[in-house]
Amino acid sequence: MGEMQELTTFWFVTIAAVKVVAVFTVVMVVVAYMTLAERRVSASIQDRLGPNRVGPFGLLQPIADGIKNIIKEETMPGTAAKFYFVLGPALAIMPALVTIAVIPFAAPLPTPVGTVDMVVADVPIGVLYILALSSLAVYGVVLSGWASNNKYAFLGGLRASAQMISYEVALGLSLIAVLLLVGNVTLTEAVWRQQQLGLWFVFPLSLAFIFFLISALAETNRLPFDMPEAESELITGYHTEYSAMKFSMFFIAEYAHVVTASALLATLFLGGWDIPFWTGDDMYRHESGWIRGFDEAGAPIPATPSVLITLLTLAAFSVKTGFFLLLYIWIRWTLPRFRYDQVMHLGWKVLLPC
Amino acid sequence: MTDTLFVLFAVVSVGGAVGVVTGRSPVASLLFMVATLASLAGIYVLFEAHFLAAIQVLIYAGAIMVLFLFVIMLLNLGHDYRADLKFGSWSLLSVVVVGLTASVLVQGITGSEADDFGGHLADPAAAAAIDLAVAEKGAVGAIADPLFTDYVVAFEVIGLLLLVAIVAAVVLAKPRGGSEGA
Repeated sequence: MGEMQELTTFWFVTIAAVKVVAVFTVVMVVVAYMTLAERRVSASIQDRLGPNRVGPFGLLQPIADGIKNIIKEETMPGTAAKFYFVLGPALAIMPALVTIAVIPFAAPLPTPVGTVDMVVADVPIGVLYILALSSLAVYGVVLSGWASNNKYAFLGGLRASAQMISYEVALGLSLIAVLLLVGNVTLTEAVWRQQQLGLWFVFPLSLAFIFFLISALAETNRLPFDMPEAESELITGYHTEYSAMKFSMFFIAEYAHVVTASALLATLFLGGWDIPFWTGDDMYRHESGWIRGFDEAGAPIPATPSVLITLLTLAAFSVKTGFFLLLYIWIRWTLPRFRYDQVMHLGWKVLLPC
Repeated sequence: MTDTLFVLFAVVSVGGAVGVVTGRSPVASLLFMVATLASLAGIYVLFEAHFLAAIQVLIYAGAIMVLFLFVIMLLNLGHDYRADLKFGSWSLLSVVVVGLTASVLVQGITGSEADDFGGHLADPAAAAAIDLAVAEKGAVGAIADPLFTDYVVAFEVIGLLLLVAIVAAVVLAKPRGGSEGA
């Protein structure tokens, strides 16, 4: 009981590949249905129906949108810097899709070949990996704005770079309290610490949670901070000149960022895959095996990974992430857009201690 | 596997560095620079210096280079700059500088003191100590602990140096009295 069977190299590589494909597929499906959810929820907020014709309840709408975007004609502005124009969407979508890799999404799964961590890559730098790669996301936006050779696109790109740099500072600072409580930067340890405390960090660190939520909204360029694509001033900002699949790649990137931000919020502040009021799911890799905690004498209590616990914790994680996804949509269709100087004022003078 | 990855990252970082110098526009040079910094981060990961790799990407590739890009675009420097280049007696000087630097590098790589940085690289005890520190304190703690204890003076002095640079930049950028100012 609790003993850990290490994976052989062959199984480690095979399972890692399976996890990569599975997580990528799930993220892409969630992204596709986020677009539908956004339209349906916004419709319900505005007291109308939204897309409900393609399939039952409009459930096949994302597929129809995808096919439409793939078979549409791609336009290339005559004065664009062609190489960078094509590079832009690729640079935008890459960081958005790889950041989800370090987020643990369930309790470890026992398999005949050994116990498998339910995280694509449990890297030692955890949350810093997410911060580092999401800081690269700005290149896609800025380059496409510049390469389009269009003043609205260019202004959108410049605004994006200024905004993303400003809020990265607030984002990093709001994490400090969490990382101090955890004592490390890995997300598996963040989940474990919250299980041990029996308390989600959202309660003791509610101020950090609010700051992180606001900064994450700004980092993902979502309303009320969607300055880079403010329609009323910039047409649609940096992707004004893009069409067909390149256009939708920016949207896939944006929604993938939202999914990662929601999963990160759930992991850091709502206990990740922890099921509340139940210690049976607590599990952490300790020396030679999985433990549930320590008894009064400080001796480790062994834990038994099981398929049922993995499925339950996966469900708990999905519910928490889904809550934040819904919150993102809800905020977008409730709040008006800030003015650009207000966004900068908030980022530098309110969210930062001064 | 590690060797293959090392060669890949090394080729990208050296090729990127060449690209920075030969790139046709400042934007191209900047992207080459980002590629160089990112593949350097990859090499750090191969050396298991995960924290250094993350900071490399976060600070250099993600913040400083974005500011560079911002300035290049704001000043509309994104065009081909070769017409602006003037070759004169300065090019002779640069040949001399490049030659001297290259000879120092060759001396450093092939010379007698090259193979072990004071014995630290080859020392298995030092490597084991690092592994132990990472296992005990995590990837960040293993660096933070010596940084804020043994090297705290050097750390504070570097901080002061950066502050001096920032103050100097503010002083230089300030309009100097007269009718234009304030």
